Amino acid sequence: MKIDWSRNETLVALVILAFCLLAALSDPRFLSIATLTDLLRGGIVLGIFAVAAMLVLISGGIDVSFTAIAAVTMYVTAMVLNAVLPWLPWWAALGFGMGVGACLGAINGILIAGFGLPTLIVTLGTLSIFRGFMLTFIGQKQITTLPPGMREFGRMMLIRGENADGSFYSLHGAFVVTVLVIVVTWLLLQRTMLGRQIYAIGGSVESARRIGINVRGVQFFIYVYVGVLAGLAGVIHASMARVANPFDLVGLELSVIAAVVLGGARLAGGHGTLTGTVLGVALIVLVRNSLIVLGIPATWQSVTIGLLILVGTGLPAWQAKRAAARAA
Amino acid sequence: MRQNLLQRLVSSPEGRLAIIAVAVFLAMVAMSPDRFLSWQNLTSMAFQFPEFAILALAMTMTMLTGGIDLSVVGVANLSAVVAALLMTRLTGSSDGTVVLLLALCAAVAVGMAAGLFNGLLVAKLGLPAILATLGSGLIFTGLAIALTGGSAVMGLPAAAAWIGNATILGIPTPLILFALLAGGLSLILTRTAFGMKVRMFGANPLAARFAAMDIDAMLIKVYVVSGALAATAGMVVMSRANSAKADYGSSYLLLAVLIAILGGVNPYGGYGRIIGVVLAVLSMQFLSSGLNMVGVSNFARELIWGSLLIFVMIVNTWRPAGRSS
Repeated sequence: MKIDWSRNETLVALVILAFCLLAALSDPRFLSIATLTDLLRGGIVLGIFAVAAMLVLISGGIDVSFTAIAAVTMYVTAMVLNAVLPWLPWWAALGFGMGVGACLGAINGILIAGFGLPTLIVTLGTLSIFRGFMLTFIGQKQITTLPPGMREFGRMMLIRGENADGSFYSLHGAFVVTVLVIVVTWLLLQRTMLGRQIYAIGGSVESARRIGINVRGVQFFIYVYVGVLAGLAGVIHASMARVANPFDLVGLELSVIAAVVLGGARLAGGHGTLTGTVLGVALIVLVRNSLIVLGIPATWQSVTIGLLILVGTGLPAWQAKRAAARAA
Repeated sequence: MRQNLLQRLVSSPEGRLAIIAVAVFLAMVAMSPDRFLSWQNLTSMAFQFPEFAILALAMTMTMLTGGIDLSVVGVANLSAVVAALLMTRLTGSSDGTVVLLLALCAAVAVGMAAGLFNGLLVAKLGLPAILATLGSGLIFTGLAIALTGGSAVMGLPAAAAWIGNATILGIPTPLILFALLAGGLSLILTRTAFGMKVRMFGANPLAARFAAMDIDAMLIKVYVVSGALAATAGMVVMSRANSAKADYGSSYLLLAVLIAILGGVNPYGGYGRIIGVVLAVLSMQFLSSGLNMVGVSNFARELIWGSLLIFVMIVNTWRPAGRSS
């Protein structure tokens, strides 16, 4: 198998391997099913977010409002289902979340595709609008009794087992949802014209426009899709946590973006693969869960993630600069 | 065709901002007539706005080059933490004025070093400013957390309160500080070669490259200045809060971006006037104080800021800054 050293994915895979090795050496219990299920659980919500963020980055934009969309969706879903639709089964609850998320994503879509406003600043604005609106007009209290549909989903376990020392390990059924999201998005990106159009817009908006791509339509679709995924992630998060806390989730944006850029998606757009994103998520989850195992205090977590962002984007950027200088 | 004063005022973006500032002021007065117009409120506002106003100045600098500095709050907190730790460890003279000066220098030095780091990432490595400052902001905040263990640094000497709370000839010190910084920045941007290069690069990076401008040096200087300004803002916050913490002012980042955009700075670079930023700062402070007076919660303020940001950007797309007059 030929290894392409210049690609982010290879480097990230190597770092993950090295990380696991170090962790296993410092604590042999690291290599166990419990750790694996722990890591996979950590990656469920983050993974869905990362796929959404990756899509936006490929199209040449950046979205920091998806965590707010998730938080608002989960809170609204819990509230509405409790109040008027308690009989909804779990899959309808998820669907409801996706619907709410789609509406919020559409707002982003109208502002960015319709008005052509810069994506970072718009999503900074909508982040505050969504969150501010929810906390002002909808509610600030945690919802501790979730609707039956969400509770039912929260109990669905894929794998359940017992360790040698009597503690339990389990993998939540939501993992299947994350895998489905990854597969569907992969199909979208690699097997449909829409996917190629997304890459094209990210590569060069003007060129895409000239070859007849409906840039605005595609952009609008992207932000609605991101909203759907964010809403889904939010409802899953609340179901797994057994509580809808309106202050959750916001603050994860940086970890998500770190995961995506580590995996090779470029801010300028046009690049990004699901393999890379998945590897990036894996690395971030590893870092977040295992710094303790390695004996690094939790206070250094943000430093590590910041460093990872810089290294993950710095290395390819520096390589690109050197290549450009050599070509000039 | 000769335009009357009103027409000229409306056609320039800064003129429109002045009208907005006055309108907001009047609206807030209307909502709480006796409290808003009181001397106590006016001085209180003058003490409050320099905190985020100086951050907005820092944001303006980097936005003019078409970049952005998302690490300003992180830098502010890190500098404040360093300064506060210095002051609490080195209690020299009883009132601590010498220690204060040392701490100030240390803070600005930290800010400049942070800015240098950012500048190198953007200029030498060619990282997009968003990602570079996103990552570095995390690092700076993380360092501040590591230095303090997450809690606030307290027990500052009495002299530390001077920057944020004293008055010189009846005018609040932070206001004087902001006026000096804004004036200085305006002079630099309009009357020096450096300022011209900043605006030229922001307006057309390719042309700047072909004009043989030393872009790397210019960008590094811009981020260093931004870092120094952020550190100064951090010192004002520290003085007013009488403590330093790694996560103070987290909502100020959005506010700084909002003020810069509201102030007419083009986020793609090339256009922006300090007077616009000052007017935007005033508008936001009036809004903030006025809303506080009628009991609007913090979250609603976030909502209003976000909506205002979007609204201003939509209006700007229909009337882009600098095209009129």
